[in-house]
Amino acid sequence: MVPDLHGFGPVLLEGTLMTVRLAVASCAVGIVLGLLGAAAKLSGSPVLRALGGAYSTVLRGIPELLVVLMIYFGASTVLMAAARPFGYAGYIELSPFVAGVTALGLTFGAYATEVFRGALQAIPPGQSEAARALGMGRVLAFRRVTLPQVWRLALPGLGNLFMVLLKDTALISVIGLEELMRMTAFAVGRTKEPFTFYLAAALIYLVLTALTTLALSAMERRAARGHGRR
Amino acid sequence: MDTPALEALDIHKSFLGHEVLRGVSVRARDGEVIAILGSSGSGKSTFLRCVNFLEVPESGTVRVGGEEVRVRRKRNGYAFDQKQINRLRARVGFVFQSFNLWPHRSVLDNIVEAPVHVRRIPRPEAVARAESLLEKVGMADRRDLYPNQLSGGQQQRAAIARALAMDPDVILFDEPTSALDPELVGEVLGVIRRLAEEGRTMLIVTHEMGFAREVSDRTVFLHQGRVEEEGESSEVFAGPASDRMRRFLSGHLT
Ligand SMILES: Nc1ncnc2c1ncn2[C@@H]1O[C@H](COP(=O)(O)OP(=O)(O)OP(=O)(O)O)[C@@H](O)[C@H]1O
Ligand SMILES: [Mg+2]
Repeated sequence: MVPDLHGFGPVLLEGTLMTVRLAVASCAVGIVLGLLGAAAKLSGSPVLRALGGAYSTVLRGIPELLVVLMIYFGASTVLMAAARPFGYAGYIELSPFVAGVTALGLTFGAYATEVFRGALQAIPPGQSEAARALGMGRVLAFRRVTLPQVWRLALPGLGNLFMVLLKDTALISVIGLEELMRMTAFAVGRTKEPFTFYLAAALIYLVLTALTTLALSAMERRAARGHGRR
Repeated sequence: MDTPALEALDIHKSFLGHEVLRGVSVRARDGEVIAILGSSGSGKSTFLRCVNFLEVPESGTVRVGGEEVRVRRKRNGYAFDQKQINRLRARVGFVFQSFNLWPHRSVLDNIVEAPVHVRRIPRPEAVARAESLLEKVGMADRRDLYPNQLSGGQQQRAAIARALAMDPDVILFDEPTSALDPELVGEVLGVIRRLAEEGRTMLIVTHEMGFAREVSDRTVFLHQGRVEEEGESSEVFAGPASDRMRRFLSGHLT
C-alpha cells in the first residue's frame, strides 16, 4: 500500500535534500568549533580556558529555538546597524540557510567541545611525547598522532550529536528554510491530509537516521583499526 | 681533540619549587655507552627528558654534534628556539619505559612516520630502511601488525627500531625493560647490547645492574639531583668510591 502523495513527492524530496545539506554543513562547522572549544578548555591560558568554558556552558544552556531566532534576527539587526554609516538604509537579511548552519553549528560545537575534551584527556601524554621526541612539531604531532586517536574516541559521541542535529534541523523551518518540515507543512496545507504527510515525513527522518547509523558503524570500524585485538 | 657526541652541562630543573636536578653534567664521547644509575626519585628520568627538552630545564646547555641549545631564563618563562629543539630531537632518539608506540598505526607505519614527515625521505626508501631495521631487531615478520597485537618485548623492540629510523647521533633509554615481564627482558637487552657493539652512543637509565656493568663504558650515579659518583664502569662497579653508591649497588646486586 503506497500512500497517495498527490504529486507532492518531489517537493518532499527537495526538502529532504535541504535537510541533509543543512545537517552536514552544521556538523562540519560544529566539529571545527568543538575542536577549538576543547583545545581552549585544555589550554594553558586562563583566558582561553574561560572562553571555552563560557562558550560550551552558554550554548548548551539556551533552548536551541531561541539560538536560531537570535542568530537570524540578531544578525540582521547587527548587519543593518553596520551598514547604516555607509549610507545603506535598506533591510538586510541573513539567508535562512546561513543562519541555520550558524545556529545549529554553534550548538553542535558546544556539545562537541565536551566530547572532544573527554577524548583528548583519554589519550596518554606519552603518545604525543613520542612524536615530539622524534622531532615532530606541535601541529604535525597533533595531526598525525593525537587527532586520529581523538577521532576514534569521539566518534560514538559525535554520532549521537549528529542524530540529534538531524532532527533539530526541523527548527530551521521557523525562519523559512525550505527543508523537510516546512515542505511537509506546505503539502499538508494544500491537501488537508495531515496524517499522510506527517507520516511520510516521519518515515523519511527515520530512513535518514538509519543511514546515519550504518555510516557511523562503518566509520567506527575504520577508526578502530589496531585497537582491541590482541 | 674529539668533540663529544653529546654534552648536557649544568642542567637545573625544579617542579613546583622542588629542585629535582641541581646542576647535572654528562658528556658522552662518540660511541660511548653511559649507564645512569640512582635510586627512585634521584632525577634520572627528568635528566634524560631535559636532554631532548621533553622537560624544559631552567638552565643549562645541551650540545649534540656541534649544535648547541641554551636555555635562558626570562621574566615569564624560558627563551628557546623551538625549531632548533625540533632539529636536536631529530638527532637524539628516545626510548620510553612504556614504549609509546602509536596504536592506530602498524609497526611499519610507526617506524616510517618520522623519516617521512620530519626528514622528508621518500616513502619507498623509508620503508626499505624500516624493513632492514625490523630485521635487525628480530621483527621482520611483524611489520604489518598493530602494537596491541604484540608482546611488551616486541613493542619495545619496535620502539627501538622507530628511534633508529631517524639515524640518531645519540639514543636515550629510560628504563627500557622496567615495564616488561621478566621473561621478555632478555630479548630487549640483547638488542641494546648489539647496538653497543655497533658503536652507538647511548645513555641508558636502568635498574638492570648486571646489564649496566657489562654494556656500559662509563657509569654516572645520581643522588638527589646531583652526580654523586662517575667513572669507568669497570672501576665503579668493582669498587665504588662513595658510600651511597656502594650501598645502592649492594642493594641491587642480588
Ligand atoms: N612532571 C612532574 N611534576 C612534578 N614532579 C615531578 C615531575 N616529574 C618528576 N617529578 C619529581 O621529580 C623527582 C625525580 O623524578 P624522576 O622521575 O626524574 O626520578 P627517577 O630517578 O627517574 O626515578 P624512578 O627510578 O622512580 O624512575 C621525583 O621526586 C618526582 O616526584
Ligand atoms: Mg624514572
